[in-house]
Amino acid sequence: MSAHPIIELQGLTFAYESGNTPVLDHIDLVQCERQRTGLIGPNGCGKTTLFHCMMGLLTPQSGTIHFKGSRVTEKSDFTMLRRDIGMLFQDADDQLFSPTVIEDVAFGPLNLGAGPESARTTAQQTLDKLGLRHLENRVTHHLSGGEKKLVSLATILAMKPGTLFLDEPTNNLDPGTRERLIDIITGLDLGYMIISHDYDFLAATCTDLAGMERGTIVPVEKSALHTHHHIHPHGTHPHEHHDH
Amino acid sequence: MTFETFSTGSSILHRLDVRTKLLAALLLIGVLAVSTSFPAAAGGLATGAALVLGAGLDRQAVIKRLLLVNGFVLFLWITLPLSYPGTPLFSFGPVPLSREGILLALLITIKTNGAVLIMVALIATSTVSDLGHGLSRLKIPDVFCMLLLFSYRYLSVIHQEYQRLQRAARLRCFQARTSIHTYRTYGYLFGMTLVKSHHRAERVRKAMVLRGFDGRFYSLNTSTIGSRDIGFAAVAIVLTATMLVLEWRFA
Repeated sequence: MSAHPIIELQGLTFAYESGNTPVLDHIDLVQCERQRTGLIGPNGCGKTTLFHCMMGLLTPQSGTIHFKGSRVTEKSDFTMLRRDIGMLFQDADDQLFSPTVIEDVAFGPLNLGAGPESARTTAQQTLDKLGLRHLENRVTHHLSGGEKKLVSLATILAMKPGTLFLDEPTNNLDPGTRERLIDIITGLDLGYMIISHDYDFLAATCTDLAGMERGTIVPVEKSALHTHHHIHPHGTHPHEHHDH
Repeated sequence: MTFETFSTGSSILHRLDVRTKLLAALLLIGVLAVSTSFPAAAGGLATGAALVLGAGLDRQAVIKRLLLVNGFVLFLWITLPLSYPGTPLFSFGPVPLSREGILLALLITIKTNGAVLIMVALIATSTVSDLGHGLSRLKIPDVFCMLLLFSYRYLSVIHQEYQRLQRAARLRCFQARTSIHTYRTYGYLFGMTLVKSHHRAERVRKAMVLRGFDGRFYSLNTSTIGSRDIGFAAVAIVLTATMLVLEWRFA
């Protein structure tokens, strides 16, 4: 790895109830600055749990997490980590809780200590950058599914993170919004890790690929991003691609 | 579900600071609620009507709102004249209707409608979000303001979740009957909605914590009390004082 590691996991193990089979079983993983990683694996293999452990929402039973070289254990360490890593939840309704779009996008900057005026400006600039400025005064729960997803991405970006964790960002998106999301994400000047079952989406946005299976990281051929089996949603026959 | 039927508009009442409106409503409704004389109650009703007219609200929507409230008042008209002790005004067959009961029901009707009109004109002309922030700036504990804001935000989400479950049940040919199966199904539906709401709340909290939430709410709202607010507050105080004088003279 050439770049500096942002987050480094060693032997991370987590079970929801001790004694049960661990959801995460001795995970070793490194995510570097500006690295663009796709994380794939079957439902229930622990991908979301892994994100939640790395963000400090869940406490692993054993193993270590290092953020930019120093070990994170305390709540205050995770506060630092959360300033730098933004996480997008699967369900946008979990992320958008303020009555209006502008209030929700300004929520992060306000928490980071910005005054009302500068938080509003930051929020407006972020919405501008994503082409969402027209939604500024809309009521969040009246937005369409696609708008909700893009606005929740804006709420994260308004905090100016260095790395993003995106949890199945293309779920339930129409093809148009999906394309827009690809444009936005690839145009960002940051590294990210994306959980997705959408191979084409990962091929368009990621340069590295990691797999997960029953709580462990399994190697996936990088070339799988380009040579893969998939079924076109509108095609009648499953077929193979060998385009690279 | 719609909560904000009256919150859009450009009348002076819509443009007032939400704190002025909250305090004015508290004063007016407070006095109206404890008044026992007809002139004071009528004063409250007139105030409410005048404020609603001043806010330029959709008449039909206001009448609909009043009908809803008076549906409850109707029960008082059915029970009070029959049960309240006093001189019988006339008899309904063998049952006497008391004069005092009828007067009391009338007084309550006037007070209720007055209070609802004042609420519609002063509270419903703000958005729920402004109300939440306004209450917080009036030093109401943040817990209550958050309760208001979150109920508003997630009531429709939880309602949708319930409807989704109900639809799923109906698609599998569920029909509500008077049977154990029906009761059990509804038990499951309510229970599952409760569980889902709990999980939803957990996820929302996590998402907030990740964005630096530490229990304190910061607001974008920086609106200030202007001369318009002071003028309106003076009017509200005069009206309240008038009601107090009427009450003192006639009670």
